[in-house]
Amino acid sequence: MTEKHMLSVLVEDKPGVMQRVSGLFRQRAFNIDSIAVGPCEKEGFSRITLVTSGDEKVLEQVRKQLEKLVEVIKVSEMNPDECVVRELALAKIHAPTGAIRSEIIQYANIFRASVVDVGPETLTIEITGDPDKIKAFLDMMKPFGIRELVRTGITSITRGARLIEEV
Amino acid sequence: MVVMRGGKAIIEGLKREGVKVAFGLPGGAVIELYDAIYDETDIRHILVRHEQCAAHAADGYARASGEVGVCIATSGPGATNLTTGIATAYMDSSPIVAITGNVVRPLIGKDAFQEIDATGITMPITKHNFRLTDPRDIPYTIKAAFQIAKSGRPGPVHIDFPRDVIQAEAEMDFPERIELPGYKPTLKGNFAQIKKAAELLANAERPVIMAGGGAVHSNATKELIQLAEMLGAPIITPLMGKSCVPESHPLVLGLVGMHGRKPSNFAVSEADVLLGVGTRFSDRSTGAVAYFSTESKKIHIDIDPAEIGKNVPVDVPIVGDARLVLQDLIKILEKMALKKKTAWIEKIEQWKKEFPPKYDYPDAIPLKPQQVMKEVMEVLGEDDIVTTEVGQCQMWAGHYLTRNKIRTFISSGGLGTMGFGFPAAMGAKVARPESNVVDIAGDGSFLMVCQDLATVVENNIPVVVLILDNRALGMVRQWQMLFFDKRYSAVDFRAQPDFVKLAEAFGARGELVERPGEVAPALKEAFDSGKPTVINVIVDRDECVFPMIPPGAKMTEMIG
Repeated sequence: MTEKHMLSVLVEDKPGVMQRVSGLFRQRAFNIDSIAVGPCEKEGFSRITLVTSGDEKVLEQVRKQLEKLVEVIKVSEMNPDECVVRELALAKIHAPTGAIRSEIIQYANIFRASVVDVGPETLTIEITGDPDKIKAFLDMMKPFGIRELVRTGITSITRGARLIEEV
Repeated sequence: MVVMRGGKAIIEGLKREGVKVAFGLPGGAVIELYDAIYDETDIRHILVRHEQCAAHAADGYARASGEVGVCIATSGPGATNLTTGIATAYMDSSPIVAITGNVVRPLIGKDAFQEIDATGITMPITKHNFRLTDPRDIPYTIKAAFQIAKSGRPGPVHIDFPRDVIQAEAEMDFPERIELPGYKPTLKGNFAQIKKAAELLANAERPVIMAGGGAVHSNATKELIQLAEMLGAPIITPLMGKSCVPESHPLVLGLVGMHGRKPSNFAVSEADVLLGVGTRFSDRSTGAVAYFSTESKKIHIDIDPAEIGKNVPVDVPIVGDARLVLQDLIKILEKMALKKKTAWIEKIEQWKKEFPPKYDYPDAIPLKPQQVMKEVMEVLGEDDIVTTEVGQCQMWAGHYLTRNKIRTFISSGGLGTMGFGFPAAMGAKVARPESNVVDIAGDGSFLMVCQDLATVVENNIPVVVLILDNRALGMVRQWQMLFFDKRYSAVDFRAQPDFVKLAEAFGARGELVERPGEVAPALKEAFDSGKPTVINVIVDRDECVFPMIPPGAKMTEMIG
């Protein structure tokens, strides 16, 4: 059965490492639904949060093939029930009148999103949350007109004292 | 800490890794490296005529010796010409280090003369690759490249040096040991898993051992034979496993797969426990995977965890070095009561009697390839090395030539690269000059790389190329004959060269053989001559390689 799987991949911060990871997915016809990367607590290393889809067999191959890359230190499968999952989205919403602006701001407040920029005809909203929350908010914004949308991709960390590399 | 130029540091790094030979062809981006080679006496540089041959020769050197092979090329077309050879080594897990130059750092990304993103190209066909940006990284990188190439599951590593990195003078620190935080191959198998495997094998009625290229890499000959004898289990080999066990041994059944021997294909199909050792169960060795060895519980030993369960579902996975795991397995089995497998052994003997390879066509003109193989066998010594091109010639050699010593059969199994055998023979001969080396070639394959006859003549590397000349791309032709109503599309050559004259034009010996009984003397004379020789054997164009599992069919549904 095809399912979504979230992986946290600790890699050496070297040139080309993202190309190696993304190239591997293309080469072996694995899917990347989302990918986010940034430096982590260890100097010289980065952590990639990656969402892929496929059955158990595909997931096993994804993990093993990733682990084969020389610059990959560890691949951890993140169980959504035991992790905090967050994504950040910036959405530029069409807001030509005062009435529309205040309506949008009310929605933003309900979703604990914030207005980060205002223009004569637009409001730019920043929203952080799990993908469901972001989807719900964007669904509410659709009727107003989403002029532009930028998303970071999903990031994730384990709950409690347990570290990602202990998963 | 020593101050030296990048080029000198590369050579020093190679020497510290024990490199004795490098195959290469210079160009602008590596001219300073070649300037350093000019003074070098410890490393023999062999100048090839095409970079593809440098990579294949390094590969052949690696496969014949077990050491890392080295090839060098310039930027741009030099690098792209290497790629077929690198990909060939990658698919067959052969340890080579490929060195390329690139344009100077300030020109990178400017589409400069002979600039190409060489590491971008080789990323999916190398175990790992490096592009240097700092000359001080040279010693570490070369150490790392060799460590990665030869350890774990071996494979090619590519290093790309911008020209100004090679030119630059810098403080070089040559480390004795390095740490790669994300690279730790598992050598020792998990004891509990090995115990499970032992229990399955001890209770098996019809065990079969399938030993692939990993068994060659880990040098597991002794352990495989010991285990086979303990268990009464036949050993079958996919092409990459050929020569890992002596094929004259009564329990060794030979090649398995699409053009395997019938006893091998029958045995694996009827097995109740199948032990895979360093094999990746490739499509060419399993036939249609849904029908592959359906009655067996499967144990799979491989040093690469990603190979386990990739192609074939496995009951007992064991990650580790084939030889070390087999040693542990044997220790456990020695304490267990093992069943006598009289019925199984009798059945196998029956298959062997019923389906022996047929060699004898003493009267056929044009010659049958089987007869040619028979005559080759008459001359070939135990330590002599066979390389092959790809296609029918490869399958004739794989199926019909008995090899009894490890690393005496070298062939492009995974990538199936036509043009591999001849340069690989050159590399093998350089690695093991005391052995005779013969490339079993086709006329199609050999023409792809024949320019390097100049290299073997110039460097006095006396290899023999034995062409099974059918004036066609035989294997494609065979498929068109069997599955496409003999619609021979673009497979028949109408203007092949005179291979004898071709050889002589390069200063090599050339021989034409058209009659049965003349192959063996010609080959013996070629070996004795100590000169590079091309023996052109005119063979029957319509002879097909049988048996054959038709595409998509079960292993037991072989034709021919």
